[in-house]
Amino acid sequence: MQTSQSLNSPPGGKLANQGVNRGHRLRREIGNLLLFALTAALALGFMFPFFWSISSSLKTGFEAMAYPPTLLPKVPQWSNYVEAWNAADLGQFFINSLFVTGLSLVGQITSSFLVAYGFARFRFPGRELLFILCLSGMMMPVYVTIIPLFTMFRYLGLINTYVPLILPTYFGSAFSIFLLRQFIMSIPLDLDESALIDGANRLTILTRIIMPNCRPALAAVAIVGFMSSWDAFLGPLIFLDSVKKYTLPLGLWFLKGTIDDALPRDHLLMAGAMIATFPVLIVFVFAQKYFVQGIVMSGIKG
Amino acid sequence: MIRRETSPSPLAGPQTESRPAPRRMSLARRREAWQGYLFILPWMIGFLTFVVGPLLASLYYSFTYYPLLADPTWIGFENYLNALFKDRIFWLSVQRTLLWAITVVPLGIIGSFFAAVLLNRAIRGKTTFRVLFFLPSLTPEVAAAVLWVWILQPDVGVVNSVLKSWFGIRGPNWLASPDWALPSLILVALWTGIGSIRMLIFLAGLQSVPQELYDAGAVDGVNWWQKIWHITVPMISPTILLNLILGIIGSLQVFGLAFVTTAGGPAYATYFYALHLYQTAFRSFDMGYGSALAWFLFVTILVLTLIQISLSRRWVYYAGETKN
Repeated sequence: MQTSQSLNSPPGGKLANQGVNRGHRLRREIGNLLLFALTAALALGFMFPFFWSISSSLKTGFEAMAYPPTLLPKVPQWSNYVEAWNAADLGQFFINSLFVTGLSLVGQITSSFLVAYGFARFRFPGRELLFILCLSGMMMPVYVTIIPLFTMFRYLGLINTYVPLILPTYFGSAFSIFLLRQFIMSIPLDLDESALIDGANRLTILTRIIMPNCRPALAAVAIVGFMSSWDAFLGPLIFLDSVKKYTLPLGLWFLKGTIDDALPRDHLLMAGAMIATFPVLIVFVFAQKYFVQGIVMSGIKG
Repeated sequence: MIRRETSPSPLAGPQTESRPAPRRMSLARRREAWQGYLFILPWMIGFLTFVVGPLLASLYYSFTYYPLLADPTWIGFENYLNALFKDRIFWLSVQRTLLWAITVVPLGIIGSFFAAVLLNRAIRGKTTFRVLFFLPSLTPEVAAAVLWVWILQPDVGVVNSVLKSWFGIRGPNWLASPDWALPSLILVALWTGIGSIRMLIFLAGLQSVPQELYDAGAVDGVNWWQKIWHITVPMISPTILLNLILGIIGSLQVFGLAFVTTAGGPAYATYFYALHLYQTAFRSFDMGYGSALAWFLFVTILVLTLIQISLSRRWVYYAGETKN
């Protein structure tokens, strides 16, 4: 309204115009302040569960169960983390998760990158159809394949091993392939062609030209891959039997089930939840810049 | 009938494609094709082994009685008829799952959208706020589950403690109450879902809306709401469609959150479809019936996605459409 008024006002009304502008600016200032307050309040709300979980994880068992609860522990019990790590077996679960996630990540990134390069830079009959098929894999619920996968791996005697969790990642993941392909296609083709003229082969182009230009997308793929493997619950639940082999999410679930009222262990469970969360936060902080860039530049907008 | 021009979708190949291909491929082209196949070979093998094969196998299983320890025996449509007409738990889980989907998906999308609108404004500490909004979505599902079980603990949990000591209200039993368990899980899902990748996709979408449109709107004196409803929403409608499709697919498969927090209880209040499927296939080891349940879900998802895509022509606007 303000703008249209000042646009319509005759040239003579310069003073009045300034008054309108000042009011406008004041209103904008107040508006910005309110927006800031709203955003900050929401951010606080989003952060509170983390704060509460960390605070609880540093209390003694009885302090955590006390009513009314205190905002902060009297004396931070850092030893809770050591106790959770040792006594509650979370250390073993953590190492198991690290093993599975590490091997899955290597497989997923390498295979997805090769496949994405194939889809982005080569012309071959049926390419579009195959790519659509690849994408359709993303839409498919895991439940339609998990039962036959279970019977297959059971037939092969691979239940209660990490093979069913790791092996499928070595054949590319649809989302990673999609993201990397979009990104590779944004790299100018001239770079490839001049390298080809210089006698480079396709693999050299991949490692020398495409890879260095793909860092943001690779980082995005790495984060998504890390999270999907680190957070995985259904797969480990179905394929792993013995508690010793449990991954961290499964271990947390197991630990939750073993809590009884006689011995309060919720503070240890909170320590466990934080132990499971920290690695993801660390990975995210390191790759954050690339991650957002990778998502945005791949052009996922529908 | 006028055929609509399709937008330059991510499915479109590189521009080199437009050249008419010679009938017989040259040696170089053939070499290129073979190399291409070689590069996508890992995906092709994996797709056949871990997707197409299992897909067909589960379709076959769904027509059999297959108690895992014995070979499958063909029983025709019995599993499907059982699900539809005999299994009361099936309909119960369908109802819970639909209730979940029609609350979580719209709330989540609207929440993410307005979070993105808020974080797209030039406010101080914008980048920090973006990270703070995004962090909950990084929490592993099981960690978020145990965390919220603790927060919503009926006696000493922080929510009920605050309700009691500040407002004198006796809070509900949350996850342990048949009435409050589902709303509690919705709350957790919104905590992890609002600031998620969906919000980042919306942010990217918002930044692609041309500023001229807002300037033109300002000249016409539109208010904040009109600006959102008549400029932003139509311009990013493709993003909304994508999030809607992905959101529905995800919400119908909800499993871990309910499995860890309530195990489907109390009194089946959070017994979602996937829990029923898991129970059938991996606790009762009724692989045939489990596969039928899986195919039922798969077909439902497929149909819903196709309906959304066909309905989208009425409300999704592709800015790039005329350029093609």
